[in-house]
Amino acid sequence: MLHEKYANKDAIMEEGEGIILSGSEKASPSRVNPKFKYEVLRVPGGESLIHCFQCGTCTSDCPVARFSDKYRPRSIIRMAQLGLKDRVLDSDFLWLCASCFTCTDRCPQGVEVASVIRALKNMAAMEGRIPQAFKILLGNLIKTGYIYEIPESRIKRRETLQLPPLPKTNVESLTKSLQNLDIKRFLEGLPQKSSEVRVWV
Amino acid sequence: MGVAGAKYTIYLGCAIPYRVSSYELSARKVLNRLGVELIEMPEFNCCGLPLESLSHKLTLLLSARNLAIAEQVGLNILTLCPGCAGTLKKTNKVLKEDKVLREEINRHLSKAGLEFKGSIEVKHISQALIEDIGLDRIKKAILRPLKGLRVAEHSGCHLSRPRKHIGFEDPENPKVLKMLIEATGAKCVEYLGETECCGSTIAAIDDKISLSLVREKLLHVREANAEALITICPACHIMYDANQMRAERMFGEKYGIPVLHYTQLLGLAMGMQPNELGFDELRVNPSKILERALEAKQRT
Repeated sequence: MLHEKYANKDAIMEEGEGIILSGSEKASPSRVNPKFKYEVLRVPGGESLIHCFQCGTCTSDCPVARFSDKYRPRSIIRMAQLGLKDRVLDSDFLWLCASCFTCTDRCPQGVEVASVIRALKNMAAMEGRIPQAFKILLGNLIKTGYIYEIPESRIKRRETLQLPPLPKTNVESLTKSLQNLDIKRFLEGLPQKSSEVRVWV
Repeated sequence: MGVAGAKYTIYLGCAIPYRVSSYELSARKVLNRLGVELIEMPEFNCCGLPLESLSHKLTLLLSARNLAIAEQVGLNILTLCPGCAGTLKKTNKVLKEDKVLREEINRHLSKAGLEFKGSIEVKHISQALIEDIGLDRIKKAILRPLKGLRVAEHSGCHLSRPRKHIGFEDPENPKVLKMLIEATGAKCVEYLGETECCGSTIAAIDDKISLSLVREKLLHVREANAEALITICPACHIMYDANQMRAERMFGEKYGIPVLHYTQLLGLAMGMQPNELGFDELRVNPSKILERALEAKQRT
């Protein structure tokens, strides 16, 4: 019975109509998780998700959206509100946010769009869905304190340029500070050599 | 902070020691000339910004650790990277206001004998120049006004966004870098899309999009007949200078726009020599604009 289904707040509903997606991605019925938006609201940065009224200022002002047919901040926010959890967290487009914060600064509803998207990325990361480039940055951080492995030649060159020696991170102290954060799991599947993936062009 | 004897602990971050020494070199030179004293910040780590996509908590902790170290040094932080400045500022503000979060972060830091107290401030070099040193003092240090030079500015997103955490600059109509440029005597021209992002943060995720942003910016700068693009961020500089040739190859076009750090432009106006300011580290040949700058008559 339909009313029974809706009476059970925990029920996972089948979405009747595909949502409108931008560009070439074809909309298909997806599983809707009505509790998902409450999960997002509890993640730091996700608090303002609920205030979005879909005006589209974010997408129209987004520098990335102008050159991507996949990345649409408004759609991401709407998908999160609807509870299309897998479609958002599994996506590649989630990682295309440039964190320029134009959307956040211009949203007439005060939605911190870039921070909501960051919260979604944090949720994806907790489930192990992480682009390789980020794994390398984190691997370098844990090893050296910097997100890049600064080559010895660069450190030497500082002398030639008469720059002061580069301070070395106290990695032991850093490790102690980070030991209770559950971040090691982010490194699963990390390539052995950082040269295998371009980190910064 | 008064005019004379400005003193900070300098936080370099990762991108500058990794590959933008021209910025560090020229910044240290001009700050020294302006009487600013810099104390090296010991044992710092990444500000946390690039890893915020993975874990917000990690970013808070990394930046809080840097703030705690600077508190031990007992000086306000000066950064050359707006991304570092923004992240440190934001964490500083959030942890000062949120006692529960501060206690949580301090529990992590205490494992390494550190504590965030909230006793210092963070400034990007542009904010320090405009607020602590002041335009008057900068103008007095100009020995070779760059009269007749036409340049374009690119402040970059993180210098002013998100507005509620940064505060000293208007993201929709940025003026600080413009005023700093005009203090050198050069003309700062307007162009389409001045506040557009450089795309560096997604360069490792989608090359085509970030280089499309580079292309668009450089075309607009060229349309405005600017002789150079002036940046004040290491990441923006990498995109427009080091990656300019990659964009040229990708789109089969030629841009040829030199990209200077603001501190290089200021150094030239102060009468310094290009080799002191790291000009030989630039990828796009700056010889034309250097010639024009050095033409400017040295004031005696």
